[in-house]
Parts: sequence; structure tokens; C-alpha cells
Amino acid sequence: MSHEAALHEGHGHEEHGHHEHHDTFLTKYVFSQDHKMIAKQFLITGMVWAVLGGLMSVLFRLQLGYPDASFPWLESLLGKWAKGGQITPEAYYALVTTHGTVLVFFVLTAGLSGTFANFLIPLQVGARDMASPFMNMLSYWFFFTASVIMMSSLFVETGPFSGGWTAYPPLSALHDASPGSKTGMDLWIISMALFVVSSLLGGLNYIATILNMRTKGMSMTRLPLTIWALFFTAVLGVLSFPVLLSGMILLIFDRNFGTSFYLSDIYVNGVGALSNEGGSAILFQHLFWFLGHPEVYIILLPAMGMVSEIMSVNSRKPIFGYMAMLGSLFAIAILAFLVWAHHMFVTGLNPFLGSVFVLLTLLIAVPSAIKVFNWLTTLWRGNIRFTPGMLFAIGFVSLFISGGLTGIWLGNAALDIYLHDSYFVVAHFHIVMGVASMFGMFAGVYHWFPKMYGRYLNNTLGYVHFWITIAGAYMIFWPMHYQGLAGMPRRYFDFSIWESFKQFAELNRFISTVAMIVFATQILFLINFFYSIFKGRKVTVLNPWESNTLEWTTPIRPGHGNWPGEIPEVYRWPYDYGKDGHDFIPQTTPVGADETGTH
Amino acid sequence: MSLILSVAIIVFIYVVIFQIAKASEYVSILKGEEASRQQNNKINGFLMVAFLVLGFIGIYVCNKAYYGKTQLAQGAASIQGEKVDQMLFVTLIITGIVFVITQVLLFWFAYKYQEDKNRKVFFFAHSTKLELIWTAIPAIALTVLVVFGLRNWFFFTGEPPKNANVIEVTGKQFGWIFRYPGKDGIFGKKYYKNIDPATNSVGIIWDDKYAQDDIQTEQTMYVVKGQPVKLIIGSRDVIHDVGLTHFRLKMDAVPGIPTTMWFTPIYTTKEMREKTGNPNFAYEISCDQMCGNGHYSMKGIIEVVEQEDYDMWMAKQKPQYYTAFPEKDPEAVPVKADSTAKATAAKM
Repeated sequence: MSHEAALHEGHGHEEHGHHEHHDTFLTKYVFSQDHKMIAKQFLITGMVWAVLGGLMSVLFRLQLGYPDASFPWLESLLGKWAKGGQITPEAYYALVTTHGTVLVFFVLTAGLSGTFANFLIPLQVGARDMASPFMNMLSYWFFFTASVIMMSSLFVETGPFSGGWTAYPPLSALHDASPGSKTGMDLWIISMALFVVSSLLGGLNYIATILNMRTKGMSMTRLPLTIWALFFTAVLGVLSFPVLLSGMILLIFDRNFGTSFYLSDIYVNGVGALSNEGGSAILFQHLFWFLGHPEVYIILLPAMGMVSEIMSVNSRKPIFGYMAMLGSLFAIAILAFLVWAHHMFVTGLNPFLGSVFVLLTLLIAVPSAIKVFNWLTTLWRGNIRFTPGMLFAIGFVSLFISGGLTGIWLGNAALDIYLHDSYFVVAHFHIVMGVASMFGMFAGVYHWFPKMYGRYLNNTLGYVHFWITIAGAYMIFWPMHYQGLAGMPRRYFDFSIWESFKQFAELNRFISTVAMIVFATQILFLINFFYSIFKGRKVTVLNPWESNTLEWTTPIRPGHGNWPGEIPEVYRWPYDYGKDGHDFIPQTTPVGADETGTH
Repeated sequence: MSLILSVAIIVFIYVVIFQIAKASEYVSILKGEEASRQQNNKINGFLMVAFLVLGFIGIYVCNKAYYGKTQLAQGAASIQGEKVDQMLFVTLIITGIVFVITQVLLFWFAYKYQEDKNRKVFFFAHSTKLELIWTAIPAIALTVLVVFGLRNWFFFTGEPPKNANVIEVTGKQFGWIFRYPGKDGIFGKKYYKNIDPATNSVGIIWDDKYAQDDIQTEQTMYVVKGQPVKLIIGSRDVIHDVGLTHFRLKMDAVPGIPTTMWFTPIYTTKEMREKTGNPNFAYEISCDQMCGNGHYSMKGIIEVVEQEDYDMWMAKQKPQYYTAFPEKDPEAVPVKADSTAKATAAKM
């Protein structure tokens, strides 16, 4: 940001006491326009959803692990959805669907980039707030409304939507195809539409702030990789979410107003032949995955950015290949738009078209490999401090390797034709997108918690959290590859009637047990989080991690406007660690006369 | 009561862990930041290698326990499946090598380069040569996989041999309907508004001259060993998927848009029973696309038989036309026509 602009935003200069009368409880904690408070709102709402979504997975894993057992407490919890203490298929599918939807959209999109884009962009580019704080506030409240509506769909009589998070019509379009496709589906669509609005408002703000509000000296190539990753994330979201919205609107029309965008030649049991003709059920899949695939990177890129930053800080060494990291982010962002049909190899897609998508999909492995090798080289000959944030960053890389490599299997159509929609896919995307991004999110929370709340999280709890979670994640998802190689399909309520799949009953029990332990460990994290907000060890130094980036030049508990005085000027890139015998050189340090090559 | 007890135990465990963690925080404050950081680095550095070693042991144990239960151990039952398996192994080897190298480096570096006061870090910000190398190597490996994969892909999705047996598969909530073209080798036309669940479950247009000899069955499909079979796949209601795990193939069943898939089975069901040692072995068709609450029970069976058994089975089948119009069945005794048709339908 330029000098004059900084002067114009006068309120940033003022101390807290001066404008306290403006800050009522409502404007400070509820309808806040301070990016840091909005970030915390996103984070905590995301955490609520993560707990609910996780709990749902524990419930349906209970069914998979113990299909014959009866749990009376389940009936008291779920009522008619668990008659006799056993989850019904209706409830199972509702749980699976809601688990997927909230984890993908509410936790790993809103909870992850909502939190860290809001928190880090102004702090790391050197701005007093977002380009449009009001729009930013709206972004959260649209998300909140979407959350409330999704939550309310859990309580309608016919249940929430239960056709899988991808919501393929005709199942999602026909009220009579499934109980979950009645009112629950309408609420699901409305919730998703509001969610799209939220992410657009957020995304436009992130892009505008990064492009226009950098402090003096902060050229684009001096931005921390977190900001670059969040920038590409926002671009992906802004370009792809509207496509999902259009798909959703057409779906609403097909459901309720008699159009035939997705419907043709349908005879519903108990209803008869429908009059719809000429639509294409596959059209929805194109619209859905045109968002759906970039969505994977919307989830993954912020984690990659934060991991790059945290790894460099804690290795006390520059991130290796800054420009290559940037280039690979760019390549991934472009390719993200060109691979959506690899989710559709077995829909009857034209084989030639399929072959193009194979080529483009496997091409993504190249920038991904570059990133992995660069992270490894960043560790090499460093001086590593194992903060909990750093552990989660290392865990992220491990999971990204494991899950990324199985992507090479699935991206090859000739193998996908065997593995599609099996547990192999479940293992693949949970490791590479679900758990890995979750690890990125944990890394971010542990690393920036001192900046958020002026206190530390408890280290020991962090270590316990990390080691149980990474071991548990591998124990849950690694064996699922074997189930997938046996052809075990996903979204099955019960395997006992299948001669080909029932041999895994004992393994399913093992996986379910580990899942419960891992879930219990996340509760430990929640205790740590909420306890530390109020009672954690206080931060006493400005820059506890000895980091170069700008957020650590703000006061320990920055007010609205971030810097009490002028916004600092930037003279160098953020990765001068271990240079010329200095442990670290903050971005605000001017370049010395005798310094070797600068960035 | 036991519920309250278990909740109490869980809460107790949380409290204990939490108290230990708090105590260790006080200890580290007393010890000083430097000293406690060094200790943490040591412990976590050790755990990094331990995790790596235990991880590989875990992979070994897991593989030993479950590889035998996968399809790979059983072997593929179609010529397509054999190609898939071969490709799986090539992909496994290439990705496996990368997996081992990168994971070992990751955890080993983490252990080896844990903080040491005497080490001067290597300021190494970039190296064009290195970066070119690790751009080129994955690119080459992937090219191999793409070429290999696409050759198979075009074979799988290409035209089946001329002698292929054609069968129409229709998915519905929650079951499968199979239609054979009958003696004339041509399917009668169909239109979904003609569907009648009792007599005409796929909506055949009876006026079509090719329609009257079409044979229809439910749940079980017969195919001939060694003869290519082409499936024309459709759906009556929502999207289903014909999942043939033993043949390593699958294809969606989409309402309004027919899809196709072909394969050549190489073992009869009987041979597979002997091969796997499982007397209950069956070529199961699993629905692999979420289709509603009965999705998990949408099972079909493929019976792979020798040509003569197939001919014998086929000779026993009655065209669906006679189920719809029992009075036109030349073989049926007029009075009993209705019950015979029902009995045949039930057997199917």
C-alpha cells in the first residue's frame, strides 16, 4: 500500500482506547469488519462443522464396522433413523452425504481458505484490512446462513439429502427416487447457492487485496508463498463456483418447475413414466465437476502455501525454488480447469475425449512432483525445529505423496475403469485432499495461533495430536486401497450379502475402531484450542517463531488496522533464512551494502 | 449404566492427558525455552525415523494380511482384466519406487537435520539444474504410463469383434434387467412410456417386428466363455453402474443415453469356483453409482458357461412377448397360459 493510502485510513493509527465507543460487542464479535475477527469466525464455524462432520463419519463407520451390533444409545440420539440401535440405510446415506458436503465445502473450503485468506492476506501483504471489509463481513454471514440452512435440513421429516455429495441427477432431481431427495434436497441446494455467494464475495476481496493493497516494496515476487497460494485459490474459486451455481439453478428448475435439463426417459417405480424428454443427466456432471475438480485445488493450494511457509521458517532455510514453487502453483491452477472429465471416464464419455483428459490429468503430476522435491530440498541441510506446526507440515508432505501417487493410478482411464467408485478412490481422495489439507489447516492453526490470540497452544498436546492423527490416518486409509483392489464399491451400507466383498468384515472393524480413536484425538485438539484462547501461555515476544514475514511486525495483539503506526516498508523477499550467517532477516530490514545477491 | 461408565472413563483419560500436558508446559518454562526446544526436537526427530520404520513394517503386515483378499491375487477373468492387472503392476512399480524414495528422504531429512546449534544451514535457494532434472524424470515416467494406458483404453472402449454376443442391460431401483435379441439377432425398439413393471419392464414396442422374439431375464445374465460379449447399457430411473470387478470393467447406466462395454470372459463360473476354492463364488454385478437407499443391495449375477450349456439354457427361454400376451404363445395350452407365463417369469 502506498504512503498516502496508509495515511487516509486514519483509524489504523489510533490506539484502542481512542475509538472504543465504536466497538460494541455486536460490531466487534458478531458483525465485525476486521479481517482478523472474520477469520476467527470462519475458523470456529469451520471447527463446529468439522466436529459434526467427523462425528457423522464415526456414526457410519460404526455401521460398517459393526453391521450386526445394536447400540441403544444410537436410538436415543437419532430416533427413527436408528431403530433398535442400528442405523437404517436412509440414515447411513444421509450421514455419508452430509459428511462429504460439509467437509468439502464448509470445513476445507470456508474453514480453510476463509480463515487463512482473511487472516493472512492483509497481515502478510502489509494492508490495514481487506479491500472491502463490508463485503468480507457479508461473505461470512452468507456462509453462516448457508450453514444454518444445511443444519436445518438435518431435521426435516424426510431427512437431509442422501444421494452423495456430488448430487447427481436424476437421483437428486426426482422427489420420489429417494426420501432424501424431497425437502432435504431443496434445502441442500439453497444452502449451496448461498455458499457460492459467500465464496465469491470472499474470493473477489482476496484477489483485490493482493493485487492492490501491498505495502511499499512488496512486489509480487516478494510475496510469501502462502499469499500466492491463496491468490490462485481465490482465482480458481471465482472462475469455477459460478458454474456450480448455474448447475444448481438448473437442478432446482428440474426438481420443482417441470423443466428437463437433466431428465429424459425416466420411469420411477411406483410413480410411472415421467413426461421429461431430451435432457442429459451427464450435463450436470460436467457442470458439477467443472467446479468440482478446481475445488480439489481450492482445498489443497492454501495448505500447500502454508506448508511452504511453515517449512521454510522452521527449517531456518529459504524455501527451495521459489519461482518453481510459484510456477507449479500456476501450472496446477491452469490444469485444474482442464481435467474435470477424469471424474467421468465411465459415464460413456467419448473415448477420444477421455484420452485427452488422461493426458492432462497425468500432466498435473509434474508440477506436483516439483513441489514435493522442493519441499524435500528445503529440509535438506536445514536446522529443523519441530514445532507442532512444523510436524503437521511434514505430515502434509507425506500424505500428499501417498495420496498423490494413487492419483496417477486413477487418472489413467484404463485403470479407472476398474477402480472407479471403489474404496481405492475413497482412500485416494481422503489422503490427498481430506487428511492432507486438514494437516495443512492444523499446521496453520498451530503456527498462527499466537498471532490470532496472543497466546500459545500447548505443545505437548500438539505433539500427541500430531502423532496419533498421522498414524491413525494411515491406518484408516492405507488398508482401504486393498479393499478397492478387491472392487469393494463405496457408499455401500452393508457388504454381508456380497460374496466378492464380505471378506473384509474384520478389516472394517479395525478401520472403524481407529477412526474413533482419531476422532477422540481431535477432541483433544479442541480442548487445547479453546483452553489456550483464554488460559494459554502468553506470547511475550513480537516474533516467537523468528519469522521474516510482516505479520510478526504487528503488536502481539494487533487492533483493527493491524499496525499502530505506519505500515512497514519491505526490502526483500520473505525467505532470507541462514543468509550470510544471519539466522533470519525480516522483510523489513533494508538490504545491506555488502549483502550477497538479493531477491 | 455402562454408557455412563464409559463416558466417565473417556473424560478421565482426557483430564489425565490434559494435566500431563499442562505440567510439561510448566516444566519447559522452568527449564527455559532453549532447553525444552532441544528436548522436543530430539524426541520428535527420533519419532520421525521410528514412524518411517514402523510405517514400512505396517505396510508389509497389511500387504501380507490383505493382498490375498484382493482381486489381484485371484486373477482377472477376462482378457481386458488381464491387461488391467498387468498395467496395475507396472503403475505400482513406478509409483512404488517414487513413494519409497520420497518418504524415506522426507523422514530421514527431518531426523538428520533436526536443530543443532553447531550446524550452519546451507543457504540454497534454487538450482536450475536440479529443478530441470526433477521436472524431466516425472515427465518421462508419466509419458510411459500415458502411452501404456491409452493403448489399453482404446482397446477397451473400441469396437468389439464381429462375433460378439450382444446383450442389453437395464438398471432400475434396485435390480438389473437383461434382454437378448432372440433368434433374429436384432433388438426390438423400445420406448420408456411403454414400461409396465409386470409384463414389459423395459418398454418394448411390441409392434416392432424384431421385438417379438426378444428374451428377457432379471438378476442373472448368461454369457459364453471365450466369446466376446457386448453390453448395451441403459437405466430406467436414476444413474446406476454396471460394476464387473472380476472382469475389471465398469460402465454407467444413464437414463436416456445408452452406453456400451465389451469383454471376453476366459473362465466359466464353475472353473472360477475351482480356481478360488470357493464353492459360492459368483460373478457379481455390483451397482457402483449411488442410486438410492437400496444401492448396496443392487446385485446381479453373471453366469459364464460353455457354449453347449448356453445353448441349452437359451432353448428353455421364452420370448418376453408371450409373457405380455400369453394368449399368443403357441406352446401354451390356452386355459393354463397365464399361470405358465407367470411361472417362467418367476424362474427368471
